[in-house]
Amino acid sequence: MRYADLLVTLIPEVVLTATVLAVLGLDLGWMRRRPIRARMWLGTVVTTLGCLAAACWVLGFQQATEIYNGMVVVNDLNRLVKLALLFLTVATAWISVGANFTEHVGEYFALLLLATIGMTFLVSTDHLLMIFISLELLSLSLYILTAFHKRQVQSAEAALKYFLFGGMAAAFLLFGLSLVYGLSGELRLEAIATVLGNGNPDPLLIAALVMVLIGFGFKVAAAPFHLWAPDTYQGAPIPSAALVASGSKVAGFFILGKVMMTGFKGAEGSVAFGGFAAGWVSIMAVLAILSVVLGNLAALAQSSVRRLLAYSAIAQAGYVLVGLMGGGAPAMASVLYYAITYAVTVLGTFGVVGWVQEATGREDIAAFAGLGRRAPLISFCMLIFLLSLAGIPPLAGFFGKFYLFTAAIQGDPGNVGMRWMMILAVAMSAVSLYYYLKVLKQIFVAEAPAEAAPWPDSSWHNTVLASLALAVVVLGCLPGLLLNKLLPAITALGF
Amino acid sequence: MLSWTIYTSFLGAAVLLCLPTRSPQAARVTALGFAVAGGLFALCGSWGLENPGTFGVITRAEWVPSLGIEYFLGQDGISLTLVMLTGLASVAGVLFSWNIEHRTKEFFALYLALIGGVYGVFLSFDLFLLFVFYEIAIIPKYFLIAIWGSTRREYGAMKLALYSFVGSAMVLIGLIATYVKAGGHSFNLLELSKVPFPESFQLWVFPLVFVGFAILAGLWPFHTWAPTGHVAAPTAASMLLAGVVMKLGAYGAFRVAMTLFPLGVAAWRHEIGILATIGIVYGATVAMVQRDFKFVIGYSSVSHMGFVLLGLMTLNEIGVSGAVLQMFSHGIIASLLFAVVGRMVYERTHTRELMQLETMRLDRSMPFAAGTFVLAGLASMGMPGFSGFVAELKVLIGAWKAFPALALFSGIGVVIGVAYTLRAMQMAFYSGEASAAEIQPRPGLHVEASPPTMQSISIPERAGAVLLIAVALLVGLYPQCLLKWIIPSLHTPLFEGLFKA
Repeated sequence: MRYADLLVTLIPEVVLTATVLAVLGLDLGWMRRRPIRARMWLGTVVTTLGCLAAACWVLGFQQATEIYNGMVVVNDLNRLVKLALLFLTVATAWISVGANFTEHVGEYFALLLLATIGMTFLVSTDHLLMIFISLELLSLSLYILTAFHKRQVQSAEAALKYFLFGGMAAAFLLFGLSLVYGLSGELRLEAIATVLGNGNPDPLLIAALVMVLIGFGFKVAAAPFHLWAPDTYQGAPIPSAALVASGSKVAGFFILGKVMMTGFKGAEGSVAFGGFAAGWVSIMAVLAILSVVLGNLAALAQSSVRRLLAYSAIAQAGYVLVGLMGGGAPAMASVLYYAITYAVTVLGTFGVVGWVQEATGREDIAAFAGLGRRAPLISFCMLIFLLSLAGIPPLAGFFGKFYLFTAAIQGDPGNVGMRWMMILAVAMSAVSLYYYLKVLKQIFVAEAPAEAAPWPDSSWHNTVLASLALAVVVLGCLPGLLLNKLLPAITALGF
Repeated sequence: MLSWTIYTSFLGAAVLLCLPTRSPQAARVTALGFAVAGGLFALCGSWGLENPGTFGVITRAEWVPSLGIEYFLGQDGISLTLVMLTGLASVAGVLFSWNIEHRTKEFFALYLALIGGVYGVFLSFDLFLLFVFYEIAIIPKYFLIAIWGSTRREYGAMKLALYSFVGSAMVLIGLIATYVKAGGHSFNLLELSKVPFPESFQLWVFPLVFVGFAILAGLWPFHTWAPTGHVAAPTAASMLLAGVVMKLGAYGAFRVAMTLFPLGVAAWRHEIGILATIGIVYGATVAMVQRDFKFVIGYSSVSHMGFVLLGLMTLNEIGVSGAVLQMFSHGIIASLLFAVVGRMVYERTHTRELMQLETMRLDRSMPFAAGTFVLAGLASMGMPGFSGFVAELKVLIGAWKAFPALALFSGIGVVIGVAYTLRAMQMAFYSGEASAAEIQPRPGLHVEASPPTMQSISIPERAGAVLLIAVALLVGLYPQCLLKWIIPSLHTPLFEGLFKA
């Protein structure tokens, strides 16, 4: 193995790193004395170019390969996921174009890109150490991004909570991984499975699994490791919160699925009635049930839209975990389809919320009153996003949920426990319509306050949101567009 | 051509949203145009069929091949009947909402989106597709009621939306379980109906799916969304709710739950029959004591939909065909009743309290409304010559064969039906001495800008009323025109398993 190979394999990441330096240099050097607006524009454009260049390389030139015993792996599946992540980063950058929360524009985009690099590394490795390191790169960038609204105390509070919980979770994860290493003597996922996956998991392995799941559960905001989410969603600057909710979730679910399905194959356990067995499925079942119930019920009581989104995200994490437990190729495909479409949807939602916050200075549900008449296009986009989150066809969220639940019980037809899990998840998702409709009611039914200032329309912002909404509709009506690419790539890896 | 009913409606909704002008008149005319076009497509589409009673494919294409989901539209006599009903009700609904001035464009856009979803459900033969259309219909209902409704509109709208969504969640669970149980290759109804699902499976999935759909059909005790929703809704929406949306539930219960799980039906039919009968008697009894004119009609809908569910449970040809005919008949009659109450009376008097209407002598100021209500009331109580008579008679005969005791109780329901209709008719139109010019609304009531004199019934209203009465009479005098579609459909392979069990 030569270093040149490593360089060639990592060209997308190298491009992104170069973009980090470029954006820092341009902003601190050339643009130093310009107005913040112009600097935001430049940062966005450079970020977009960098991500596009990386995406082109991933799409056109990157070959399937594997170096250093699975430290860096490139295959069709993670190329797809990387493309999705790059797209999400670009969209995140674009919804922050009008934002005015910081003077450190260069640093902001640099951190955004660093988080993206963390995500791309995270999805392109089979090695426990690399997983941990890239997860830390991602998390550290996100902590700082959360704290970036320096003039607001909530931002700092949110970041501190996020950091403390995150540090704790990382410690658990590391401990769990070290136990796995101690048990198996291997760091590569497939190798671990061949050593440990004998269908009769060691009690120590169960302890390790619990710890690993705590670490990942924090990353994807599954209850009971969700406590940071409401504060972060509410306090962080809009684009940071959007990245936490979208790209980082996609990467998190992907790696969670991969670690569990390939690394702990044979240690699934079972949640069937009368046939309970310990394993990652049974631990995950606890997280899933708690997330689905707690997320949906707590969301009912929220008056802040961003906190509402946080609790809804917890519930959505629960649905994804239900799908993941099914195991096998359909489960992986459904998780990825759901995570990607969810990320697009939630980005759009944050775009709308951010714009409302910019215009009215508030983000509680009442601030949306009469938006339907004042800004029809944005409101229509919000209608699409929220209904997709609620799972109304023909939007992407519906097919995603449907596929998750189908995959969950398809994975193991005889497993009655999964059926109960599916029933609980569908029942709780029926609750969710109420809180989404509460927001939509304000937008379309309530009248705007009389003294409302004229709406600051921005055609750029409208275009970004409208294209995200279009993506949600198109992916919902034609799920095949994504699935036809995902399924062969997943089957080829033998999930 | 039938599939164009769906596309026309959604296209109409999109066109209305993009309409540049703010003029309500333009929106109305456009909406009427698209509704009529949809109705004509339905009419011509069924006219042109050589064999309307049997199953026919309209469109079939792959949609999500990896899951075996197809875009599969088809028709048989039962879907044709209901598509015709949808066409009629949608045209009449536009005519009766001619006076909407507030956000007219959006009103009709949502209205047409709802219609499109309804057409879609009636024509889908892929379970997944059917469910998609079924859920598409939920959201427009919510906004139609919450924005343009009256009494406690936000409450009524939310209640309706949540009941529908809970129902569809139950259906979704059943649908996923069925799909996986059948091997996970196809959602095609024709293929799924051939799969012999084990009895233990049918015993829990059938009630889940059936009740999930039947919530929308007003099955007692899950009917409570219906009266509040109907009362809160604007006229056109209550016409659609009672006329068409409740049929979505009954149709789904029949087409999906009953054809797929014949063993489940056999096991649960007595229980559901009893619930349906309770619905008939309870709805009628409660309608008897209502003070709000619209609540009378709302509860009467629960009662009449009970006949549909009871007819379905009889599992004999006469009962089931009666149930389908009752879906059509109730759709027409309930639309007409809601039109009279919501549009003709309420929009002019601004009250629906029977106690107040009693003082107004509306038969003098609005002879047309009074006449329409008398005809609609006669049809509703099952007077021979109107569609309701044939339908309810068939259901009762079917029920007599299947469960005689329930038939007896349903007969009592019919008698109470006569009583509450006559009571409402008497109180609303034919009592009191004051003439229209002297109407003095009582202080403290919900009265906004009461018109100086009562406007006469407008031409769109007359047209709508005549259309609906004519259809009710036509079907009443010559029921064969629909039965020749319905009865052969019951002998298609789709229903083979059901009638064997």
